Amino acid sequence: MSELSVKHLLGIKYITEDDIQLIFETADHFKEVINRPIKKVPSLRDITIANLFFENSTRTRLSFELAEKRLSADVVNFSAGSSSVKKGETLIDTVNNILSMKVDMVVMRHPNPGAGVFLSKHVDASIVNAGDGAHEHPTQALLDCYSIREKLGDVSGKKVVIVGDILHSRVALSNIFALQKLGATVKVCGPKTLIPKYIEQLGVGFESNLKKALQWCDVANMLRVQNERMDISYFPSTREYTQQFGLNRQLLDALDKEIVVMHPGPINRGVEITSDVADSKQAIILDQVQNGVAVRMAVLYLLASKIQHNED
Amino acid sequence: MSQKVLLNATEVHIALHRLACQLIENHDTFSNTVLIGIQPRGVFLAERLKTLLQKEYGVKDIRLGYLDITFYRDDFRRSGKPLEANKTKIDFIVEDKKVVFIDDVLYTGRSIRSALTAIQSFGRPLEIELLTLIDRRFSRHLPIQPDYRGRQVDAIGGEKVKVCWKENEGEDAVYLVEK
Repeated sequence: MSELSVKHLLGIKYITEDDIQLIFETADHFKEVINRPIKKVPSLRDITIANLFFENSTRTRLSFELAEKRLSADVVNFSAGSSSVKKGETLIDTVNNILSMKVDMVVMRHPNPGAGVFLSKHVDASIVNAGDGAHEHPTQALLDCYSIREKLGDVSGKKVVIVGDILHSRVALSNIFALQKLGATVKVCGPKTLIPKYIEQLGVGFESNLKKALQWCDVANMLRVQNERMDISYFPSTREYTQQFGLNRQLLDALDKEIVVMHPGPINRGVEITSDVADSKQAIILDQVQNGVAVRMAVLYLLASKIQHNED
Repeated sequence: MSQKVLLNATEVHIALHRLACQLIENHDTFSNTVLIGIQPRGVFLAERLKTLLQKEYGVKDIRLGYLDITFYRDDFRRSGKPLEANKTKIDFIVEDKKVVFIDDVLYTGRSIRSALTAIQSFGRPLEIELLTLIDRRFSRHLPIQPDYRGRQVDAIGGEKVKVCWKENEGEDAVYLVEK
């Protein structure tokens, strides 16, 4: 196995366990590359990548851009705020206009679920989904699993609890798919109002008590409360949310084992996680960010190798 | 598929000793020299030479690294199958060091061209030399020649030179294989 089974990375749902393992093995090599004095390789020097962000992002966008530049790709950036999208242009038109300028790959974040899948059916370029609404955020799940593998040696057989706003979270859905494909057991924990109704059909357990969930797990992935996606009140107050589902030092000290704490960022300090926990040795939040670049390099490299080379 | 023996175990043995002696002539105690095995096949030769230099010739400190050139190759997306990477293991800086690249077969010279780019990520070497067990004459695409060679051979395009090592293939030998 040295080739991905897909042409696009649209979601973890569409790739196999072998694909994930190949991405991890390739990411190992890139992690070594980005720790060299000179952190750049020329692999993608004849590839042009467009980063299309129809929704705000700091970390993911920076991470993709760094990954692209460290592979020597040419990069063009686009954000919806300052574009013709505001003038009423459709998604396919926008992308086709960009592609006619000879772009080979598109990294896209979009507020609508399925935007990546839709686009992949209508344009030739290779598409990488950098988050589509509340659907999937595959590279985040890959880097989360890669970080677990790095910290604990393996993902298979591990117990992972995802805490917080599961309903609005693409990170949660992609993580569930990735963790299950790699052989981990997943539970979710959070206010009942923020848990999708049919979550158990995915083979995911539900635990309403954070303390019990933490006692059960090896890894706790704390999600952010996505206020910007909440059109109604899902819990009485932030203070009450923190009291029930916020992770703090006392909770961790009460456990009879040391668990790994993760957070996809951006952190609301003092809401879902306290500062002393976020900055402790148990938290691998900054490792996740570093691994993000290596994992994205691996994804781009492997997808680029499937693009046909043209002499013209 | 027929194959012809180019070097048998004794001849490989002699060639290795000669290459080790030539390295000592030029690098003395290896105090400012580092050996770099080119992944994947060059590392076997590099490990052999290191052991030989230490055990038979009493050279004490030899620094050896592995360099993978996959991400620097010029045939990405042009060759039929995807390029798979190997481990790079260089835990020293090559700045102002004499570097000796070690590979089993020198053919078109393109791997070495990639290696010359790749090594720059680890500093600016004082000089770079090339050691290869087999030098295929008349097949170069680039102006690259070895400084140390085990044996020069003439092989045509359709033929392949196969280097076998005891630790991998069970014997030390070099074959010319007709594809």
